[in-house]
Amino acid sequence: MGGSTLTDVDPKDLQAFAEAADAWFRENVNRDPGFMLPLTFMEVGTDQQFHFLRDWQNKVYEAGYLGAAWPKEYGGGGLPQAFQAEATRAMRRHGGPIFLNAIGLNWTGPLLLDMGSPAQRAKYLKGILSAEDIWCQGFSEPENGSDLGNAQTRAVRDDDSYVVTGSKIWTTLGKYARYMILLARTQPPGDRKYDGLTFFLAPMKIDGVETRPIKKLTGEHGFTQTFFREARIPADEIVGVEGGGWKVAMRTLEYERGARGGQAGGYVAVGSNAWDVLEMARKMTRGGKPALEDPALRARMVDFMIDIQSNALCSQRSGFSPLNTDRPTGVALSGKLMHSEFSRRINEFAISLNGAHGAYYVGDPNAVDGGWWTRSYLNAFSGTIGGGTSQIQRNIIGEHVLGLPKS
Amino acid sequence: MQELGRLGFSEDQGSLLEVATSFCAKRSPMARVRQLIEDGIGHDPDVWREIVELGWLGIAIPEAYGGAGLQLAEVVPVMEQMGRYMLAGPFYSTTLAAQAILAGGTEDQKRTLLPRLAEGSITTLALCEANGDWDLANITCTATATGSGALRLSGEKRLVSDAASASTIIASVMLEGRPALVLIDRAALGPDALRREVIIDETKRACSLSLDGVEVPAANLLDQDRAGAALHHIHLTANLLAAAEMCGGTQSVIDYTLDYLKTRVQFGQLIGAYQALKHPIVDAYVSYEQTRSHVYSAAHCFGEQGVGEIATRMAKAQADTTLSFAADRAIQFHGGFGFTYDCDAQLYRRRAIWHASQYGDAAWHKAKLADLLL
Repeated sequence: MGGSTLTDVDPKDLQAFAEAADAWFRENVNRDPGFMLPLTFMEVGTDQQFHFLRDWQNKVYEAGYLGAAWPKEYGGGGLPQAFQAEATRAMRRHGGPIFLNAIGLNWTGPLLLDMGSPAQRAKYLKGILSAEDIWCQGFSEPENGSDLGNAQTRAVRDDDSYVVTGSKIWTTLGKYARYMILLARTQPPGDRKYDGLTFFLAPMKIDGVETRPIKKLTGEHGFTQTFFREARIPADEIVGVEGGGWKVAMRTLEYERGARGGQAGGYVAVGSNAWDVLEMARKMTRGGKPALEDPALRARMVDFMIDIQSNALCSQRSGFSPLNTDRPTGVALSGKLMHSEFSRRINEFAISLNGAHGAYYVGDPNAVDGGWWTRSYLNAFSGTIGGGTSQIQRNIIGEHVLGLPKS
Repeated sequence: MQELGRLGFSEDQGSLLEVATSFCAKRSPMARVRQLIEDGIGHDPDVWREIVELGWLGIAIPEAYGGAGLQLAEVVPVMEQMGRYMLAGPFYSTTLAAQAILAGGTEDQKRTLLPRLAEGSITTLALCEANGDWDLANITCTATATGSGALRLSGEKRLVSDAASASTIIASVMLEGRPALVLIDRAALGPDALRREVIIDETKRACSLSLDGVEVPAANLLDQDRAGAALHHIHLTANLLAAAEMCGGTQSVIDYTLDYLKTRVQFGQLIGAYQALKHPIVDAYVSYEQTRSHVYSAAHCFGEQGVGEIATRMAKAQADTTLSFAADRAIQFHGGFGFTYDCDAQLYRRRAIWHASQYGDAAWHKAKLADLLL
């Protein structure tokens, strides 16, 4: 993107930028606004959280530390990717809160830069960066989750618009979103069910679109079911061509799973890491002795250390192409599976470390770390289910990376 | 927060990886691996000469001692590809012996011996004993100074890799109550001193070595003050190289199994379409990529105080777990054929058992990591 390569970077400029970013995040990060912040963009459950995080993203963008590598003409910084990487590192170093507009920043934005029309880029990209326009995704349906290609929501051409009827589910940020990336059926399924799907950039705040909150297993809100009742979408809001939506949706999933680059920067989720769990374990006792003297517990703790290092190292692998020649997409396509399953397992382990206090939940004054671990464990299923379940991920890796026959 | 290591990859690693991949593929097709299993010395001397000519024995030997002056990081891709194609030979033993001399030899010994090792003089280490302890400092064999200034050795060493083809063996002994390393010229050994052992990995060769009655000149003693440090360095080097060899093996046992899953038909469909087989092989593959990341992280950080040891132990633990799982599932997924000697899956399972048994398995290294990290 932007045609920038490493050779364009003056190390002195990069250094100065990195130092400025470090100072800015040190100055501006507020880790404790007085209420519990969500761990990921999928868990924005209250208006208080929403407004805090939207303001935060806007502030980072205005300071030049988000979208630094997106083209200037669309609101980006027009700098080489190395600059955004420095800004993201600084944000992480100072524990900045997550960016909530994930579907815009990480999926829709790169997709539009890749496959969108110049008009679509001009219309949408800046609003994605500034968080003025929150985006959501309309892929899954109540009857078609993993089997995305079977989507039934209909879009019927009528003059200069499409009339949409149907329902989408698990709409993260559905309550707040101004736009949705929507996969809908413009033709009845042909020989292949993937035919006849079309990819729309659909407005949410129009007649015929209604969202209903869904209460999650944690007891919190975070996403909605979205209902379309003859909602009219302008005909020029298609990415690609009518009937070509499956290809666009698959490309979107590559961005979602991190198998393709071009994301705006920063991060949209913070995980429990092995070090935090270790810190907690240090305070716990078992049978009157420090828990960390228990050999079984030590062994498990080390397993998590190795796993967290596996994930960290594999995140670096894309920069070392000679190590990826045999199966170039393998490590990238495994990332979502590994990270989400790790997160689920380590939070589960953390609950057991809490001993009897593992019984408490968010809201009780005796809950360890305010119930963070139990809530994180329950929320971790959003990672192992959303965006394609871990079981579907294994099919994808098996079929696309290892060349196994379709299940 | 303790650093656990990071990836790095040098240009030299890149070119060695490329050359080693095509060399090992050409020189060690599976039919040849099977032939050499039946062979007495277990490797092809012509291939060994080629390896020497390629300069691989001297990769991590400093230029001053006749080597290329690179690091162990550059040995790792070579070892990895040897593991991938199961190329047999005393490369691992001799590389390890060179590291022992570098870490524990006198200046004189380095000047005399290392150029010879770089030129392919097969050398190996005799460290393991009847106690089977992975702690290399747990030594019961002894050396005693004789009146004439020589050292008289006693005790038994086990699992001495490639001893039968070696010209020199470096043994660990206790001398005046402290660990020491001594050079033994194999020509000085009696006819019954070496006994070929029956070991699980049939592509490898090992002997037990009786030290009783063996005498070596005092000049054969390595710098005793550095023996402890040398044993630690040997331990970590052995595990780094073993992890690399296992990592390569994991790649091929997965590829081998995938071939079967893509050709074998049961109940009217390719068995690779069944998720009961597909998902575990994916798990093995993902774990393989993680192992490879760990191996190259350990290679890159090997020389760094603290981090090098952590990264190396993680790499060996991960390599053991992964190859053991992948090869175990490979046997199972080949069904009845998997139960036969003809199926290559067993070769990899045996390889994993061998390396787990030498210099520490996953559980051992995790216990060490617990002490380092928790």
